[in-house]
Amino acid sequence: MSEDDFSGDSRPYLLRGVRLKHDQVRKCWVLLAPERFLRLNAISVDILQRCDGAAPLARIVAELAEKYKADQAMVERDVRALLAGLLEKRMLAYE
Amino acid sequence: MLAELTYRCPLSCPYCSNPLEMSGRDAEMSTQEWKDIFSQAAEIGVLHAHLSGGEPASRRDLLELVAHCAQVGLYSNLITSGVGLTQKLFDDLVAAGLDHVQLSIQDAEPESADHIGGYRGGFAKKLEVAGWVAASGMPLTVNAVIHRANILHAAEMVDFAVRLGARRIEIAHAQYYGWALRNRAHLMPTREQSEQAYAEVEARRARYKGRIVIDHVAPDYHAKYPKPCMSGWGRLTFNVTPTGKVLPCHAAETIPGLEFWSAREKTLSACWNESPGFNAYRGTDWMKEPCRSCERRLEDFGGCRCQALALAGDASATDPICSKSPLHNLIGEIAARESSEKVEGFAPRRIAPAKIADGV
Repeated sequence: MSEDDFSGDSRPYLLRGVRLKHDQVRKCWVLLAPERFLRLNAISVDILQRCDGAAPLARIVAELAEKYKADQAMVERDVRALLAGLLEKRMLAYE
Repeated sequence: MLAELTYRCPLSCPYCSNPLEMSGRDAEMSTQEWKDIFSQAAEIGVLHAHLSGGEPASRRDLLELVAHCAQVGLYSNLITSGVGLTQKLFDDLVAAGLDHVQLSIQDAEPESADHIGGYRGGFAKKLEVAGWVAASGMPLTVNAVIHRANILHAAEMVDFAVRLGARRIEIAHAQYYGWALRNRAHLMPTREQSEQAYAEVEARRARYKGRIVIDHVAPDYHAKYPKPCMSGWGRLTFNVTPTGKVLPCHAAETIPGLEFWSAREKTLSACWNESPGFNAYRGTDWMKEPCRSCERRLEDFGGCRCQALALAGDASATDPICSKSPLHNLIGEIAARESSEKVEGFAPRRIAPAKIADGV
């Protein structure tokens, strides 16, 4: 599994042991994983909340482009950048 | 937060990070005390609870403690040798909400691994446990401490972890504290061995990209700059010992004169925020030269305080591992003197029998 064959039809999901949490103390969203935590900005949270193994990449991109009134190609680039990083860190996979 | 639930352990690895003098079962905190500490930890913003030891499976209440961590929202990580776990207990831990397992290995082959761990059959048990974890879908990290007796297999241990289905491996070249410092002359590899092992492990990164994450802890004594020990003293993380002492790291109590507090007597928040020991080396105000004006001071935080004490005789000195330390030449001398290609017997880690009072 690599970012090379990660297409519009791929349905990404967070691997077991990787989860989103709203941290009440730091007042932000974090991604918890083995020995790691990542502070997330609002857009990353929006992306990852959609990574449920059912929604294909193309739909996630379309929804976010609509929500943020942004250019699809730009949104796709951002989404892919986030997901590629998580793929490499073994936090994400796709169907 | 690293919770050292107990110092009891069936293995006797010669590089154990536990202190040389370990308290036994009688002095350990109760289930209720630990639960209360985990609740407080979640409230003050702790995200991960690393359940460690000793061997945490030596505690009969492990399942109850894991369930409690899950209940209060902590991400729970079981740091285990695998020995003492049963399939039933593991399944129960999964059902209770355990998030992650970190399994130690001593080598990539059974005979050597069991010799290093001092426990016959340990290697086979680890294979079994890794199989349960992989089958459950839970993330598995393999942890391997590298030293003279296994350094020729460092990169093979990465291959081995991939075969076990691990998502992550920690290749940690031995850090010389506690039992490892006691056994340093038996554990220290030669510079050539260190460099070769380091390069071979690094080369595995590209080969296994996207399959396994390699966290590589460099060999201290052969480094140019010190490690950012604990990511800075009292900055991100703390340890709670089996008896409730709250410490910045495993070895902090080796520094004389520092006052640390116990979570049995004070709140966790007070132990972390207000104890004199935590505040002694927080931030950068305590630093002397060359750390004080160094451009790397917020990168490696002056290295390790315990190592500065052990090697420079002054806990607020620059860690002599740093090439900018005036005592850096000592490190090369120690490493050269204590390293050899021979592997000799080491002092096995063990809990000392209770002392008999003087004069009785």
